[in-house]
Amino acid sequence: MNKQRLFLFIPLIVFALLAVLFWRGLSLNPNEMPSALLNKPVPAFELPVLPAPENPQGLVSANHEMLKGKVSLLNVWATWCTTCKQEHEFLNTLKAQGVLIYGINYKDNTEDAQRWLAELHNPYVYSVLDEDGRLGLNLGVFGAPETYVIDKQGVIRYKHIGDVNAQVWEQTIKPVIDSLN
Amino acid sequence: MALDLVQLAPEMGQFSLILSLCLSAALFVLPLVGAHYGSNVLMQSARSLATGFFIFVVFAFCCLVYSFLHDDFSVKYVASNSNSLLPYYYKISAVWGGHEGSLLLWILMLSGWTLAVAIFSRSLPLDMQARVLAIMGFVAVGFLSFILFTSNPFDRILPVPPQDGSDLNPLLQDIGLIIHPPVLYMGYVGFSVVFAFAIAALMTGRLDSAWARWSRPWATMAWGFLSVGIALGSWWAYYELGWGGWWFWDPVENASFLPWLIGTALIHSLAVTEKRSLFKSWTLLLAIFTFSLSLLGTFLVRSGVLTSVHAFANDPERGIFILGFFLVVVGGSLTLFALRAPVVRGSAGFTLLSRETFLLGNNILLTILMIMVLIGTLYPLVADALSLGKISVGPPYFNLFFLPLMGLLCLLMAFGPLSNWKRTSGMQFVKLLWKPWSISLAIALVFPLVYRDQYEILAALTVFIASWIVTALVADLLYRLRNSESMMVGLKKLSVSYFAMIIAHAGIAVTTVGVGLTSIYTEQRDVRMEVGQKVTVVEYDFILNKLTHIDGPNYSAEEALITVMKDGKFLREMKPQKRRYTATGSTMTEVALDVGLFRDLYVAMGEPLNETAWAMRVHLKPFVRWIWLGALMMGFGAVLAVADKRYRKPVKQELLAVTNPVGKLVNE
Repeated sequence: MNKQRLFLFIPLIVFALLAVLFWRGLSLNPNEMPSALLNKPVPAFELPVLPAPENPQGLVSANHEMLKGKVSLLNVWATWCTTCKQEHEFLNTLKAQGVLIYGINYKDNTEDAQRWLAELHNPYVYSVLDEDGRLGLNLGVFGAPETYVIDKQGVIRYKHIGDVNAQVWEQTIKPVIDSLN
Repeated sequence: MALDLVQLAPEMGQFSLILSLCLSAALFVLPLVGAHYGSNVLMQSARSLATGFFIFVVFAFCCLVYSFLHDDFSVKYVASNSNSLLPYYYKISAVWGGHEGSLLLWILMLSGWTLAVAIFSRSLPLDMQARVLAIMGFVAVGFLSFILFTSNPFDRILPVPPQDGSDLNPLLQDIGLIIHPPVLYMGYVGFSVVFAFAIAALMTGRLDSAWARWSRPWATMAWGFLSVGIALGSWWAYYELGWGGWWFWDPVENASFLPWLIGTALIHSLAVTEKRSLFKSWTLLLAIFTFSLSLLGTFLVRSGVLTSVHAFANDPERGIFILGFFLVVVGGSLTLFALRAPVVRGSAGFTLLSRETFLLGNNILLTILMIMVLIGTLYPLVADALSLGKISVGPPYFNLFFLPLMGLLCLLMAFGPLSNWKRTSGMQFVKLLWKPWSISLAIALVFPLVYRDQYEILAALTVFIASWIVTALVADLLYRLRNSESMMVGLKKLSVSYFAMIIAHAGIAVTTVGVGLTSIYTEQRDVRMEVGQKVTVVEYDFILNKLTHIDGPNYSAEEALITVMKDGKFLREMKPQKRRYTATGSTMTEVALDVGLFRDLYVAMGEPLNETAWAMRVHLKPFVRWIWLGALMMGFGAVLAVADKRYRKPVKQELLAVTNPVGKLVNE
């Protein structure tokens, strides 16, 4: 093979290098959150509570301190989010199993949210109203639904993007909760 | 029980897709075997197989359209992309509103191009025809298996289909999105033809100028579609996204721009290969690259490797499939290239001041531009893969290198058409170009003075580059007409493809004006507007008259009524909207536009501040239409070039015609 032909292999070699990078790129999840808040306390907030008959008596507002004490889930939801609707039923199942779920009603309309809970049942201990999305911003919410596992000290231990279903629950979230209890 | 056509359509579509996969597999194998063993029957089967492949894909596509029109929400893809309230034209365009359907559209285009090759390549040697169609068949096999195995648009939701669909993304409910993807895909996929020609040439080792001549019209056509397709996308982003921008250096935009840049290099390089039998390996490489970049675009967009607003299919499994296919296609063809491409000859056979040099310069600059855009697009991915953290590359990076290099390319562009093959005397350039140079300089220096109070040096530069391109084209035209008895006679002697070149090059000038002057002179006010309040932008006054609530077919909206006055006189009313789509609950900004050749008025509603006040975005965008007008001219130029009569002649006559090549200076 003459020398000049070797130059014709350059495109192939460059491509091979690129292909390796692509291969690595594929195995990374672009949605994986920068773990900035992992193992950090829930950002401080003081927000009104969405009025619902299931709420604890007389509760009008809630803050980050109130998440402490027991291991719980913090679920970001909204009525405009179709995936939340799919997820909702499973959250009801979890509530029936005794899992504590706090809600963040994210950038939503209060009346719509009340109607939604009345129709689909309320799986939440209570939901706070994050109308302008400030808490969502501090939490680094990509979009609803998202679910955070909070430990007894009010520290974020896990974040799940997308709906929580039976598979996600069994394979990822439940093991995290079990390890904290 | 009577068979219900609505219930049956998805199954028929699915079956039809499977059949077309079988046919395309046959199209890949049989003609190649035939070409290898010299069997005419097998080689001739290529044309029939290509036709069959086309018919079944069209049928499958029609089935999907039918399911959309009849709101068959038991089909998962229909349920997640349509809604019973959607008007029928959006139901049709919703067919390519998501991943599965746009892939089917891709395949539809591919089958169309394959059929076109089968029809228009009858004058080619039989084995060449067979090989080219077989390569097209191979690409089809890849995409058909991709759609059938990972992204089937006909998948059902059974036993309980949803009552109604979750609606087409409101961003996509728009005329721009009805036509943008088909045109863009025509361009993307069109380069598969050039790719097939290049591979067929490499396989046979017959790398004479004939293959360049055969590929040229296909490359030009695909390039024209791609130009218009990109422009449509930019136009859509401009009026639909509500930010007033028309290009964002978004990964998906870049994905369509990469093949355009290298495709532009390709159509110029093909000219050199056809006329002068030079740059053969280089042209082959460009042909492979152009199609590879089209595939890369598909890969980046569809796999979710890069996150962007467009990456609606975040599915690694699909990514692995496309990557595998990409590896086979690009890796395979580059290996073939390395083994079979002709080694460069020692002597170049042209001097520094020749058309070859200018076209080489064009190729080098375009390739550098492509590489820079590619780096900017892939860098976040590379950084992530090497664990350097998540990075995004923004417009400043792209503008930093893109504008100077593109400016240089445009400056040099004026020389290309004027130069001769092999050698041009420096005196000739001086003689022909001093007038265009001085005229352009004069226009450029005066324009910013007249146009606005503040003198913008960059505006002068933009105007200079654009008028330099145009005046040099005029100088060239006049030079060619200098010996003819009358203007008309001389014009008739020039070939259609020469005018095509003029129009396309002028299109670049027009787009340059649009991009440059819009960026420099856009006036924008982001303001709080109360009912009755006035906002002034240069000579225009915008008055918010009232706010009304409106109910549309599948949305409800707030509408602002704005009166526009120019220099104190009533000009028109504008009605921007903020829509909330009932099914998805998502909100959309409907921009109000007053379109003009020299300026656009642009009003968009931001957020409501209280009952009578809104945050409003009011823009005055000079020359913004020119961006897309130029692209249309490029597309028209491409159509005209392909319509040139030399492509309609049978091969034998054409071989004679080559001795007096088109594009060479007449009477030289």
